[in-house]
Amino acid sequence: MDLLPTIWFIAIAVLWTGYLFLEGFDLGVGMLMKGFARNNTERRVLLNTIGPVWDGNEVWLLTAGGATFAAFPLWYASLFSALYLPLLLVLVALIFRAVSFEYRGKVDNPRWRARWDWAISLGSLVAAFGIGAALGLTTTGLPLNANGDREGGPFAWFSAYAVLGGLAVVGFSLLHGLAFLALKTDGDVRHRARRWFVRLLPVLLLPIAGWAISLQLLSGEVWTVLAVVAAVVAAVLAWNFARTGAEGRAFLSLGAFLLLGSVSIFGAAFPVVLPSTLNPDFNLTISNASSSDYTLGLMSIVACIGLPLVLAYQAWTYWVFRRRVSDAHIPEAHSFLPAIAAKALAPKD
Amino acid sequence: MDALEIARWQFGITTVYHFMMVPLTIGLGLVVAVMQTMWHRTGKPEYLRMTKFWGKLFLINFIMGVATGIVQEFQFGMAWSEYSRFVGDVFGAPLAMEALLAFFVESTFLGLWIFGWKQLKPGVHLACLWIAVIGSVFSAYFIIVANSWMQHPVGVEMINGRPVMTDAWAVFTNNTALVAVPHTIFGALAVAGAFLLGIAWYHLWRRRHDGIDTIGADGKVVPGEAAIPGRDRTDHAVWIRSLRIGAVVAMISFAGTAITGDLQGKLMFEQQPMKMAAAEAACHDGTGFSILSIGNVGSKNCDDIVALIEVPGILSFLAKGDFTTEVKGVNSLIDQYKADYGTNLPDNPIYGERAGQEIQYVPVMEVTYWGFRMMIGFGGLAALAALVALWVTRSGTVPASRGLMRLAVFGILAPFGANAAGWIFTEMGRQPFVVAPNPDPSGIDQVFMFTAAAVSPGVSAGELMTSLVVLTAVYAVLLVVEVKLLVKYIRGGVVAAMPELAHVPADENEDATPKGGGPGKPGDADDVLAFAY
Repeated sequence: MDLLPTIWFIAIAVLWTGYLFLEGFDLGVGMLMKGFARNNTERRVLLNTIGPVWDGNEVWLLTAGGATFAAFPLWYASLFSALYLPLLLVLVALIFRAVSFEYRGKVDNPRWRARWDWAISLGSLVAAFGIGAALGLTTTGLPLNANGDREGGPFAWFSAYAVLGGLAVVGFSLLHGLAFLALKTDGDVRHRARRWFVRLLPVLLLPIAGWAISLQLLSGEVWTVLAVVAAVVAAVLAWNFARTGAEGRAFLSLGAFLLLGSVSIFGAAFPVVLPSTLNPDFNLTISNASSSDYTLGLMSIVACIGLPLVLAYQAWTYWVFRRRVSDAHIPEAHSFLPAIAAKALAPKD
Repeated sequence: MDALEIARWQFGITTVYHFMMVPLTIGLGLVVAVMQTMWHRTGKPEYLRMTKFWGKLFLINFIMGVATGIVQEFQFGMAWSEYSRFVGDVFGAPLAMEALLAFFVESTFLGLWIFGWKQLKPGVHLACLWIAVIGSVFSAYFIIVANSWMQHPVGVEMINGRPVMTDAWAVFTNNTALVAVPHTIFGALAVAGAFLLGIAWYHLWRRRHDGIDTIGADGKVVPGEAAIPGRDRTDHAVWIRSLRIGAVVAMISFAGTAITGDLQGKLMFEQQPMKMAAAEAACHDGTGFSILSIGNVGSKNCDDIVALIEVPGILSFLAKGDFTTEVKGVNSLIDQYKADYGTNLPDNPIYGERAGQEIQYVPVMEVTYWGFRMMIGFGGLAALAALVALWVTRSGTVPASRGLMRLAVFGILAPFGANAAGWIFTEMGRQPFVVAPNPDPSGIDQVFMFTAAAVSPGVSAGELMTSLVVLTAVYAVLLVVEVKLLVKYIRGGVVAAMPELAHVPADENEDATPKGGGPGKPGDADDVLAFAY
């Protein structure tokens, strides 16, 4: 009986879902810095909706990675080493994106800002795509040998599923970002975000639906297929709520869509955590890739204490910063003359 | 270079780089939290200014630590998959706990602190910073627990060729970790101390240079005012107080690193005797500590190494606490290691071309010998500078000398150097093992791993080289950007971090800085954001 590994499979699915739910919208908002936002004030509105929370959201990725290492070291080792180059791209994208948030406003110069805007936008896009590709491939498989190492060279991971998974997370994040902006901003940005949401929903959710459905064909069960159906219902609800201006409900319905989609995807993959496309005997499963029951038990206790706390104080953060952000809240660009240079300009006594 | 060498260079470069940002984050975070506490208690404007100014520099640096930290977690799986498979049962847990119990706290509460100046009550706002800073200390604890297990594996049994955790208490109270954690925290504070000292010195010097502060007949400073925002008398208080805090922190942290480092040395003597011998570049057994050895310190031939200056007994003191215990040199240790762990790498495909090769048990002694001395030397230099700084600033300002100012600014680098040297020493000194064997009678003999077996077998040298080049280039660019921004905000002074100081108050009764009354109430809901990107 693989009770603890099963619990940890669910825990890791929860962590990834939490990551996609939270960082999903800040990746989306990041991508929308180009194309959606029309001027510097709008860009600053976008940035300040996610400013206080994006870093906390990104820790969900580290926790998902760390928990995979602790609970399923063989899964962690095989997945991360097989996807060496795509994960390198993800890392570089995340580095530039993180630094951009902090550094963009530090120099009052349009060229400086434009560069960091590209870094945020492209960084968010590449990170979302890479993480989506990795998640897609862990459900559909990689060419792994008996030791769990990739065969076939640096690009052996590349497949239609990699593209599908990548597009799935990009599409979802963009839509989720629009839903978040409609909920968190006011004025023109809010209304435009809602319009875009209604118009783009069918297109942006297509890849993630494609991923969920192909998994059902590969290894679905009745209950995971039902989850797909429920997810489609949630998407329709989200669309309808957004159309009628119920932004909060649209956002939550899209969250429900993600949750149900995750249930259908991870549920269909279970108990395999990383299939081998070379030989099913080399599949990594919750039984052959997991840590000992002792370690899993310890981690269970830690997670039971830690995760509710995280949810509580992160929820509090969203409560503290619950106000909508609009043009009017954005202070003037903060340009300063160094005190030392200012000396020369100051009137002499 | 083959895959293993590239992967090692990459790990070394990315880790040393990451650990330039981290100590400044931990150390400066603690200092800023104290400053804000002082403001909260006294309401003095200089403490608010100090909080804002040093807080701004803290944030510019913090983000780099965050950005480069993700690389560290991913790298184990990407480049060191065999290592991850071998140690995952025991090594993954502290990493996961770091994210779940510490880094979440740090990131979330720092977000609250940055953006919450108006939204939160002053006491709650201050508490957020403290919680974030304590989170960063716990973060250090969990990472060092993981690292210490590589130095001194405990709390496991070998099952099916892999160490399996059987005693979490032993892992999380590993004596190696319990002394390394305070050593690291003091090392971080040393960085913050020199940082405060150098920058505050620059601003005090600048105020003298610009004729704002003068020296009175009694030899004491006469702080002046200039008709420039932020260059008033309070500004003088900001810098002299920062300088003194920095100097005191630097001296306390040097004492702390010395005491904890001494405890570490004694553990190292028992747990990793080869590292101890390599730190001394000692080929023979002996008791003396070499201040300066010349010749080919990398050589195991004793005739090649001449200890020019040697203090008898000190090596024994470092290792054992007396002056007579013979500390084994590398030559006597090699045979013991060969007997215990083999003369050649096993004929296992996991070792690639290295399978069957003779094992080099002696670390690169040029690195361990000089790394050890640079760590102590830079650390001591910074503490000495702090002492001198306190003495020469007893008039209330710094000397007018430009050279001394430059020295103080340059001195910021010393503790960074000490930290880097210390880590390079302890990690290179563990080679050829990635998980060093635990020689205690309680230790489990087979629990060790050669670095040569740890690298990802499926990842090509080309991929590793790509990432080494890309990451190094990205890091180099970002270092330039970070330093440029830091310099800009340092030169800008307090007003750069507090633009409200430069604003002419619309209403004469409404001053930009809270006067005496301490922290104000949370702001009006319709205000513009107190802080915005």
